[in-house]
Formats: sequence, C-alpha cells, structure tokens
Amino acid sequence: MGISPVLWQFLIKWLNNSALFPREASTIAPYMDALYFFLLGMTITGVLLVAAILVTFSLRYRKSVHPVATQIEGSTLLEATWTIIPLGIFLITFVWGALLYFRIYSPPVNSMNIYIVGKQWMWKAEHPGGQHEINALHVPTGQPIQLTMISQDVFHSFSIPEFRIKREVIPGRYSTVWFEATTPGEYHLFCTQYCGTNHSAMIGTITVLSPADYKKWTEESTSGMSLAQNGERIFASMGCNACHSGNAAARGPNLAGVYGSKLQLTNGSQVLVNDAYLRDAILNPSQHVTAGYTPIMPTYQGQISEDGLIDLVEYLKNLNTNYRVQQTLDTSESDQATPPASGVVKP
Amino acid sequence: MSESNDTILRLPDQSTAQVPKKNFITAEHGLLSWLLTGDHKRIAMLYLFSITFFFFIGGAFAGLIRLELLTPQPDLVASDTYNKFFTMHGVIMIFLFLVPSVPATLGNFLIPIMLGARDLAFPKINLLSWYLYVIGGTLTLTALVLGGVDTGWTFTTPLSTHYLNTHVVTTATAIFVAGFSSIFTGLNFIVTIHRMRCPGMTWFRMPLFVWAHYAASILMVLGTPVLAIAIVLVALERLVGIGVFDPTKGGDPLLFQHLFWFYSHPAVYIMILPGMGVISEVISTFSRKRVFGYTAVAFSSVAIALFGFFVWEHHMFIMGVSNYSALVFSLLTMLVAVPSAIKIFNWSFTLQKGSITFETPMLYAFGFMGLFTIGGLTGVFLGSLGMDIQLTETYFIVAHFHFVMVGGMLMAFLSGVHFWWPKMTGRMYPEAISKMAAVVTFIGFNLTFLPQFILGYLGMPRRYHAYPPEYQVLNVLSTAGATVLGIGYLLPIIYLAWSLKYGAVAGDNPWQATGLEWQIQSPPLTENFTEIPIMDHEAYDYEWLEHKTAQEVTTVG
Repeated sequence: MGISPVLWQFLIKWLNNSALFPREASTIAPYMDALYFFLLGMTITGVLLVAAILVTFSLRYRKSVHPVATQIEGSTLLEATWTIIPLGIFLITFVWGALLYFRIYSPPVNSMNIYIVGKQWMWKAEHPGGQHEINALHVPTGQPIQLTMISQDVFHSFSIPEFRIKREVIPGRYSTVWFEATTPGEYHLFCTQYCGTNHSAMIGTITVLSPADYKKWTEESTSGMSLAQNGERIFASMGCNACHSGNAAARGPNLAGVYGSKLQLTNGSQVLVNDAYLRDAILNPSQHVTAGYTPIMPTYQGQISEDGLIDLVEYLKNLNTNYRVQQTLDTSESDQATPPASGVVKP
Repeated sequence: MSESNDTILRLPDQSTAQVPKKNFITAEHGLLSWLLTGDHKRIAMLYLFSITFFFFIGGAFAGLIRLELLTPQPDLVASDTYNKFFTMHGVIMIFLFLVPSVPATLGNFLIPIMLGARDLAFPKINLLSWYLYVIGGTLTLTALVLGGVDTGWTFTTPLSTHYLNTHVVTTATAIFVAGFSSIFTGLNFIVTIHRMRCPGMTWFRMPLFVWAHYAASILMVLGTPVLAIAIVLVALERLVGIGVFDPTKGGDPLLFQHLFWFYSHPAVYIMILPGMGVISEVISTFSRKRVFGYTAVAFSSVAIALFGFFVWEHHMFIMGVSNYSALVFSLLTMLVAVPSAIKIFNWSFTLQKGSITFETPMLYAFGFMGLFTIGGLTGVFLGSLGMDIQLTETYFIVAHFHFVMVGGMLMAFLSGVHFWWPKMTGRMYPEAISKMAAVVTFIGFNLTFLPQFILGYLGMPRRYHAYPPEYQVLNVLSTAGATVLGIGYLLPIIYLAWSLKYGAVAGDNPWQATGLEWQIQSPPLTENFTEIPIMDHEAYDYEWLEHKTAQEVTTVG
C-alpha cells in the first residue's frame, strides 16, 4: 500500500475519535436499546412518509403538470386515520417507556448499597465497607448495586451512559438509582446537570471488576473503618447516645431496630423509617417527634456533613441492639467519674 | 402580463410600475415619527430590526460555542467564559428572538390587516411592549458588558441563588421586563381578534395564521406571569435570602423547576405556534388550495395551547418526582404530540391536487415540514419515560429542541419574512439567491444538528466545555455544519437590504394570494384600508380571487 504514514496516522486517529454507539455494559442496556431502535424506526418511517408525500405531490401536482388546482375541503376519514395511527404508536411508546422507567428506578431488594455525595465539582463514593473514592467507582459484575445519592450544594446529575442510567443528585434529599454491570472495563461517569464553573470537569471513571477482582479491590482499599463504625463514633462524639441510650427512662426514643419500622409521630402521622427519614430527623428534629417524646432535640443542621450523615444513617440501619450504645455510655461516664491517671483516651 | 409555468409570481410592468408614494413608511418622516408611532406596521418594523440585531448577537455566541467544541480540550476560552457563552446564547435566542420573532413582527404587521381592522386594539400598549422589549434587551446587554452571567438560561436554583457571583439579578430583571412585553402583545392580539374583526369575518373565516396567534397569545398571557413570579422569587432569594428554594431553610429546590417549566414548556408552543400559522398561509398560497381540513388545523392549534399547559413535568422525569406523577405527565406529553402530527399531515395533503410552485417561501416551508417532523418525533423519545433517562441532559435534547426551534421556527420565520416582504416593503427580494439561501440553510442545519442526536445517545452531556476524545469527529461535523448554517443566515440580511432599493416593484398581490392583506396596496397605507372591507367568502377561496381579478381586468379593459 502506498499510503503515506501521516495520512495513515490521521485516519487511525479519525477512526478512534468517531464513536457512534455506546457499549452495552449493564443488564438494563439491551432493554433501553430495544426501545431506542423502535423509536428510531418510528422516526425514520415518519420522516420518509412525510418526504414521500411531499415529493409525490410536488411532482404530480406541480404547476407545469397540473395548472389548475382542484379544491378539496378535507376528508374526515383521512384525518381520523392520521389522528388515530400516531396516537396508537405514541401510546405504545408511552407504555413501553413507563415499564422501562419503573424497572430502572425500582432497585431489587438484594442490591448492594453504595452512597454517592456530589459537590462542586467532584463525586465522592462511599462503600459500606469504608472504601472511599473520589471521581471513581469500583463495582463488581453480576451484583445489583443501588446508589443512594445526595448533593452537598447544587443540583448535579449522575450519569453512566454505557449503563443507560442517570439520576438527578439533589441538595437536601436522597435519590436512588440502580444497575447491574455485566462487562468488566472502564466507563465514563458524567455530571449532566449544569452545576457551575467546572461542570464539564465533574467526571469520573466507573471500573467494573469481576467479583473476585472486586473482592481483592475492597480488601486493598479499605480505610480500616466501615461506614457504620464511623457512624458509631459520631453517635458517641455528638452525644447522641446520652438520650438515645435505649433505657426505659431515656429522653430520646430507642433507635435499635428502628430502621424499616413504622413510626407514630406526635403530629398523628405515621412514617416509614428509611434513609431519608433518618437524615431529616437529625437535621430537623422538631418536625419529626416520635409519639410519647418531648421536642427537646436540637437541630444538627450545619454541624454534620453529608458524609457524616451517611455514616450515621448506615450505623442506625445496622443497629440491632443497644448493648454497645450502653457500653460506650457507661465507659464515658465512668471516665468522667474517675479521671484516668494516664489521660489515655479509651479506644 | 406573461404567465410562466413554474411560478405564480405576477409583477406589474416594471417600466412603469412604482411603489405607491403614499404608504405607512412615507406617511411621516424623522426618527421621532418612528419612536412615537402607534401604527402596528411601524412597530412591527421596529421589532424586526431589534430582533434581527439580537439574533446576530445570539448567533455569534452559537458560533463561539461551536468553535470551542471543535476540539475535546477546553482550549479556546476558560470554563467560566464558555458557561457565559451558552447562557447568553440561550437567553438572547429564547427571550429576545424566538418568543417575539413571528408574533411581534409578522403578527403585529398582519393580524389587524387580516382581520380587516385599521390597527390593533391598543396601539399605545403595542408601542409600550416594544419599549419594554428594548429595555429588556438593553439590560441583557448591560449584564453582558458588565461581565456576563453563567446560570444557563434555565436559572436552576440553588446554583443561581447561592453559588454564582455573576449578574444574575440584572439578567433576571431583563427577562422579567421582556416578559411583560410579550404579555402585552398577547393581550393586544386576544382583544383585537375578539373585538375588531370586520363585518362578515366570522371565527371560521379567519386565516389560520390568526388562529395560531390566538392560541399563542393565550399561552403568553397565562404562562408568562408564572415565569415573572419564579424570577422575582429567585431575585428575592439572592438579595434578601427568603428560603423558598433553599433546602437548608426548609425550601424546595425542585419548586423552582416546577414554576420555571410551567412557563417554559408552554413557551416552546409560544415560539412554534405562530410559525405554524405562517406555514399554513404559505403552503396554501403556493399550492393554490384551501388548507386541507381547515377546522382540524385551527382546533389543533388550540389543542396544543391547552395540552401545552399540562406537560411541564416531562422536563423533570429524572429529578426525583413521584413515579406516578411522571406516568401522568408522560401520557399527556404523548397526547400533545398528536395535534402536531395532524398539522403535518394536513399541510402535506393541502398539496394534493393543487397547482404547486416552488418559490423561496415554499422552499423554507418544505424545510420546516421536514425538520419539524424530525424535531417532533424525537420529542416522543423524550416523552417516553424510560428513554428520557438516557437522553435527557445530553446533546440529544439539544438537537431535539434546535430541530423544533431553529429547524421549525426559524425556517417558518424566514418563510414568512420572504412571503410578506413584498407586502411590507413594496419590493421583491431576488429569487435565485434566496432559493440558494434556503437550500444552504437546510443543508447546514442538518449537518449541524443530526450528529448531535448520535452524540446524545453516546451520552455527551449538554453544556460541556470539554468532552472525551472519541466524540470529536461528530463534533467536528457539527461545527462544520454551523459554519454553513451561518452563511445561510447571513445571505438573507444582505439581499433583503439590497432589495429595499433595487428589488422589483411588487405590486399589490405578487403571489395571487387570497388574504385581505394582499388586496390592499404594498406597502399599505397607515390606515390599512380606505374603507373597512366586508368579508363575504371563506379564507383561502381562490375561486373568489379569480372572479375578482377577472372583474378588475374587465373594468380596466
């Protein structure tokens, strides 16, 4: 081949830089693509149909061929046809799209939860085992992953095009999305909601690993403390355990096993205790007083970061007994009663 | 009078013809006679100059955006500057060009004449609305000169209220003021259409152009105040820190989006409906036929206006709204697509058994039909809940709304400007070069925006200053297309200016069209009609026109 190497290089670069279709890397991707091709087919058919009508009429009824127009008022039959057929197609699209939407936004019960915090202009991922990542996320294949996401400042949006998922990350409110990765590899993570100066730099890499590699990764990158352990530390250091001690006479309600239960509030309403409720109850306690208790809890707005809140929520989620709460409390009380000679802080 | 086989154009004998000495342009002289005028035609001209000015500013920003996106690296300007570019592009194009484009120029000029009236119902409010527009425009330029604004045209809270130090309040005030300009225009049209129709002009004898404007006016009057409220709340939140949208004060940041899209979705119908009115007139004239299913087209405009108010949440499907409300809004979105489909097919079948010619306005109208069909059908992608998850906030949505707003509305606007240019100025534009401009625009447009659909499905987010290298080739194509498109838009302004002095004298009715506006002199007298006409026939009655012309010939002969 007599092709010049410069030209060859250029062609190679050109080919490398011309992606046309995203890889399918999650279980949802084939479903999304099926609907996409259906809609693409609808659009191409529709455009060709209109073009065919325009061209045919333009040729047959142009002035030089058809000098005198025949007046037609309209035709109810024709008009009914092009009302009902598009309506039918649009309704099929509606049902199909709705099924897909509910599939993407309803996480399976056995999914593994990872927390995502968005802030200008980075993504923080927090694994339950205490692995922290910035602008990166490692996930295994074959395991449904649920992302519980919140923003520390403005609206962001968490998008992995190759997984065909996206969800807005909202300040002051948890949002969730889930996926199950199928193919190991590296994928783009984009923030798709305009969020200020470095919006286009709020990107990251999703690394999909085989379950064995993922296990290896979690062991190598743990910070030594799980989210729940961190939460326990915060629970004690903020003094939450003083009231929420689980004692019958305690001033705050018992929190062991509260996650997932139905709670009766003083205002008469009944709520399901989930992540969002726990977060709101910490930040805005006077709005969420459990029946039988007085509204004495102060607000923690501005005192705990979103990461800290996630730790606390994760801790409360896994809190099944008050044994350790009690122990921590006893230890700190006895510490105060008899100041330690050495001044060593208890582990 | 020579009769050609491929045009309906009939011009008076150029050796003797003259533009009438007495008309609305020559009626008074001096700058003040324009700035203090109550004449709807002169106000329309003022609007035409102002929106063209802003169109080219907005277009310049579009050019800069495409230039930056030529390479994956953020290398032309800084990120903040880029963010200001797309914000200014959006704000100027939407609030200062698209919303007033057809209604405030062509609508202002033509609606009273089409109804057989001497002016709009409130000439002074009409002038006021132009002044408000100019104040809004000046404030926008002020914000631009002082350093710009980088909220995006959507002003998303809490970004716009708490996290940016740019001229948000100035720009918000500009939009607030410009909003009142459009409320007053809408109000004026509604009252005029209800109260000032000439004898015999029943609702179903009105041209479809008027029907489309009636529907758009209702949207302007009912929708724009909500935008005004949302913007005032943003300004108050910025200035005094009321906590309506701020989550740390118990506000709801999503509330802003509800308020904003409650206006801004109907706003796209404010932009497109008047364009659809233009297309109805043009298609009918150049196929010498009454619009197929007049009533269906008229009512589909009203249906779009009505349904248009109940679909706003489809901008927020991924934002944590309740899944069930998303279901309702998706269904309603599908329903609003139907009237648009009806219109497209009715226009297509207007051609059937017609006697079609292909002058420039018709070419633009054909371009509109093709591009609007693509724009409309890609809208169905976005209305479909699951699909929206992948496509929203990407270049797919950018391509979709440019197909509707630029491919649809701008094509319709240019079609209308060429169609009524002889009526407005008394002179013809040059035909050959304008046909070329129409074709260049069409090609450039498709080259610019078709690659963006592919980019969108690949996942390239909108408002990105830099992007992964594998998206480059499609972006290069898009930028190349934008260059062609730019030429397509520059050509008309040059040859239309040229035609003001050198264009052929048009005569009263160069297109042999049936509308009342074509039965009077071009350019019209200040009072439009020497005596108020009596409408004794249906709209688009070409047999009536033929009869009338034949009689005139007999009288003269």
